[in-house]
Parts: sequence; structure tokens; C-alpha cells
Amino acid sequence: MKSDSVLKNLVKKNWWISLIVLLALLIIFIPLPQSQNDAADRHFQVEASMFQFIPGRIQVNQGDRITLELISTDVVHGLSIDGYDFELIADPGQSQTATFIANKTGVFRFRCSIACGNMHPFMIGKLQVGPNWVLVRGIILGVLAVFAAFLSFRQSSHIQKSTVS
Amino acid sequence: MNRVDLTRFPKTSALLRSRWPQFLLRAVTLAGFVFTILAGLFGSVVGSHNFAIIFVWIAWWSALKLFFIPFGGRSWCSICPIPMPGEWMQKGGLFSPSGKGFGLGKRWPKKLRGNWLQAGGFLLIGLFGAVTLTSARVTALILLFIIILAFVLSLVFERRSFCNYLCPIGGFTGLYAQAGPVEVRVKEKQVCAEHSEKTCYTACPWGQYPLALKSSADCGLCMECLRVCPSDNIAVNLRPWGSDLGPKSKQSLDEVFLGLVMLASVLVDSAVFLGPWGQLKTAAYEIGSLSWLGFAGLFLFVSFGVLPSLFSTAVWAATKLGSAKTTFRKTLMNYGQVLVPLGLMAWIAFTVSFAFVKFSYVLPVISDPFGWGWNLIGFTGKAQVGQSTPFSIWIQILLLCVGLFWASRVANQISETSKQAFPIITFSCLFSAGMLWLLIG
Repeated sequence: MKSDSVLKNLVKKNWWISLIVLLALLIIFIPLPQSQNDAADRHFQVEASMFQFIPGRIQVNQGDRITLELISTDVVHGLSIDGYDFELIADPGQSQTATFIANKTGVFRFRCSIACGNMHPFMIGKLQVGPNWVLVRGIILGVLAVFAAFLSFRQSSHIQKSTVS
Repeated sequence: MNRVDLTRFPKTSALLRSRWPQFLLRAVTLAGFVFTILAGLFGSVVGSHNFAIIFVWIAWWSALKLFFIPFGGRSWCSICPIPMPGEWMQKGGLFSPSGKGFGLGKRWPKKLRGNWLQAGGFLLIGLFGAVTLTSARVTALILLFIIILAFVLSLVFERRSFCNYLCPIGGFTGLYAQAGPVEVRVKEKQVCAEHSEKTCYTACPWGQYPLALKSSADCGLCMECLRVCPSDNIAVNLRPWGSDLGPKSKQSLDEVFLGLVMLASVLVDSAVFLGPWGQLKTAAYEIGSLSWLGFAGLFLFVSFGVLPSLFSTAVWAATKLGSAKTTFRKTLMNYGQVLVPLGLMAWIAFTVSFAFVKFSYVLPVISDPFGWGWNLIGFTGKAQVGQSTPFSIWIQILLLCVGLFWASRVANQISETSKQAFPIITFSCLFSAGMLWLLIG
């Protein structure tokens, strides 16, 4: 009996935590509409030099057939894309081309895959496939975090007041 | 309330009181420090093949933010090798707490006290970071310079003046240790008040008097007070995270400035090292060039202009929204606490984004620390390019959200009303949104 009332008390005091966790899970996992654009063939020429890719940011739609042409203007550079099994290597003054289907949505970093100098580990570009829903979900989670802070503060001051009285 | 005193348990008490475990750990870190300098000076110039770069900027720097500070506050300072040689000279021995060693024992100049110089040091790290983080030789020279500086200063000034007032990492760990779950405090205030000798103060290399400790920012967890207290009146507590923050605490102006410098640094580092802007990377790397001057100007503008103005505006609005008669300065010192959880979680999120991708370099440099072609443990040449995963992206988002939750809660605790907290929370939201965009946008 005693443990039952302790449990009830605990649930009563911490109801807001369950609510926040539930909302957070909803924000993270709720399915969002995919873009309805028809898949297209897209060609991008990416120029690599120490320690940058030009363009540094590429935006495509999900399902697009992407042909990347990597041109190196100084030393040997590579280009690999996080989350995709894709790599290009270009010798100085040369280019290399390959094609892949952008079937995963989100923002993916592409990196130089051949050591090209001191700043090589930070030679990074970004490929955005479809809308960046992860960023949107992150922003909504941030709003929820602020809301949770208000609830948590109100709850703890309520407990303090009732303890004092 | 809600604290566990580790000195109550015989085994942990013995471990903390004995100087041997700490000495052994410091001996290992000192050996590692010397080895890092040697690897930096004589090893490969290719950063990813050199122990100095990978161990200092990937392994140690990540461990500091992911493990030492969040779970141990200033615990790194208790095993840091940098002040060791100078301290031995000051004490005249390895173990004696206050022996008669060498040194002039002068007091650190009053005008140079506080976190101002540490904040300046951290800004310098940021301004020259693209080279420091990527050149093994520069990393080694900086480490050598730091240990020599700490040694020389310990011969002139008393105690750990270098750690207290100059070390940028000391400033970083001290600031965020306020959010950490470890503290040293006295058990009974009366016992200390009646003890006239103050053996704890005399023995403390940090110049702290445990009875007066209100924040963990300046306590290096060296445990000397615990060892010399004749009344067993020192507690080493595990406590809830963020116990130093709240309505009863406030920060000094230099701590507020340090907190803002940390926010600016994590924003700029995220843009330079994780962003897709090649020109920014080149500008940060080409020190002395016109583009680097532009980068330095931008960095200083964010550190001295953008963030302080935004935060000051938020504090000014909060002052106006409060009913109590108070000054802007006092409100600034109160709300400065918000910068602690906000910055700590942003640095951890940055580390997850930055270092997780590069961890594959750690075993290969242990296998071949100098980049000379050795293969000590069979991992040479097995470093991967590395890539961020959806898991690490979600961890970063959640870390930033925890930082925003924590900062908003502290703002609410400090404020008279939720309305008064609103401008500070808005500032926290803006900063977190900026970090979110830089890390996953």
C-alpha cells in the first residue's frame, strides 16, 4: 500500500517528464512529407584546391541521379560523401567523374579523402538531399527544451513551496 | 542536500588521501607530455600521422570535454603535468605539501588577477587555431613554451599562479567545473572557524581557503586540504550537476567575459573546422596574410562585439523587466551563470561532431607515433577518412537541447518572473540555433 502511494506521488510529481519525453519522441520519429519533385539527372563540376571545394554546398532532390566531376587544381584531392559509398580521386590538373543516386535525404558532409596538406582533415563541403528535416526537428526540439525548462522550474518551485508550508 | 561525501567510504577516502595514486597518474601524464613534445618536434610533419596532433587535439581535448569536465569538474587539473616541475621546486620535494624549496614566492599582481588573461589566451588559441591544430611542430613548441612559462612563473610567484591566472585550459575547465558533479567543501563550518592554524590554506597550491569556497571554479581538486586537515573536516562531494548555479550564486565580470569568449570560440571553430566555407579555412590558416587579418577581425568582432552586445541587450532588458532595484552590472553578474551550461553543452556537441569522425586516427598514431613507418601494435596505415553518422548528428542535437534546457532553467531560477527570464532565454535560443545550423545545417 505504502509503495503504491509513493509510486503515485512520484508519477504525480514527474508527469511533465513523461509528457516531454513523449513529445520529444514524437518530434524525432513522426514521418514528414517527402518532396514530390521528379527525379532528374544533375551534373555538378566540383573544383578542389587546398583546402576547399567550389561549390562548397550542393543541393539536390531525393532520387536525383547525380554526376559529380571532381577537378583538382593543385595537388591530388579526393571526394567522399558521408553516408554514401562514393569516392572520387583527381590528380592535379585532371578530373574524374562518377554518378550516384541521391536516395538518402538530409545534409551530408563531403570530405577530401586524400591527405593534401595541414588543413586536409577540415576540407569539407555539404550535400543537401531534399529538405533538411533534421534541422527542422532540431529546432522544434529546442523549443520543447525551453518549454521543459519552464515546466521543470515551476514544478520544483511548487514542491519547494509545499515543503515550506 | 543530495550529496555523497566520498571521504565517508574507507576505500575512496584512502585513495584520495594518499599522494601516491595522484603522483603516479601525474608521472604518466608528464611522460606523455614530454613524449608529445618529442613527437611534435621530431615526428612526421603530416598532422594525421603524428602523435602530437592526434593525441593533443583529438584524444586529450575530446576527453577533457566529454569525460573530465562533465564527470569530474576540474579533475584534469589534479593530474595535469604542466605545473609539476615548478611545484617540486617550490616545495623542495615530490611529496612535501609546503616544504622550503626555491622561489621568490611573490604574490600575483592584483591588476592581473581573475580570468582576463585566460580569456585572452583562449582567444589566441582561436586566432591561431588553424595552424596550432594542424601543425605538430607548432603544437610541440606551444606545449614547450607553456611548461617553461609555468616553471619560470612558479619560481617568481607563489603557488600555482600560472594555473590560476594564465592557463587558458585552466580558465576553460574552471568555468565549466561549476556545472560539474564534484566539489570540495568543509563538513562543519564551526570546526574551521575555530581552527586558527589554517593548515588547509597553507597547503593549497591554488591559494584557496576551503571554508570560503562557494564555487568549484577555482578549486583544482588536488586534495591537499583533505590530507593536511587535522580535524578530518574536508568533504569531497559528488553532487547534482550545476549545483554552483542558481539564485544564490553570481559570477565575476571576468568570468562573464570568459563565458562569452567561450561561446564565440565554439561558434567560430564550428564555422572554420566543420563548415563548407573554404575561403574561411584558408583565411584562418594563412597567418599574417590579408585574409587572415580579415578572419582575425571577424573572430574578434564576434567575441568583443556581437555576442557581448546581444548578451548585454538581453541582460539590460531583464534588468528593466525586474521589479527589484538593481544595477546592470549586478544583473550581468547574475545572468552570467547562464553562459556556463550553454557553453559547456555547445563545446561537447562540437566535440562529438569534430572528434568522433577523427577517432580512427588514434590507434594508427599509437602504432606509429612519429610517422616513421613503425608498426608497434599493427594499426599503422589503417586510418579511415571518417564520416559523421545519423547517430552522432542526433547526439549533437540532443546535447544542444540539453544545454538550452539547462540555461533556460538557470535563467528562470535567477529571475523574479518568467517574463524577466525571457530576454536571456531568447539569447540562449539564438546561440543554440546558430550552433545547430553550423553543426547540422
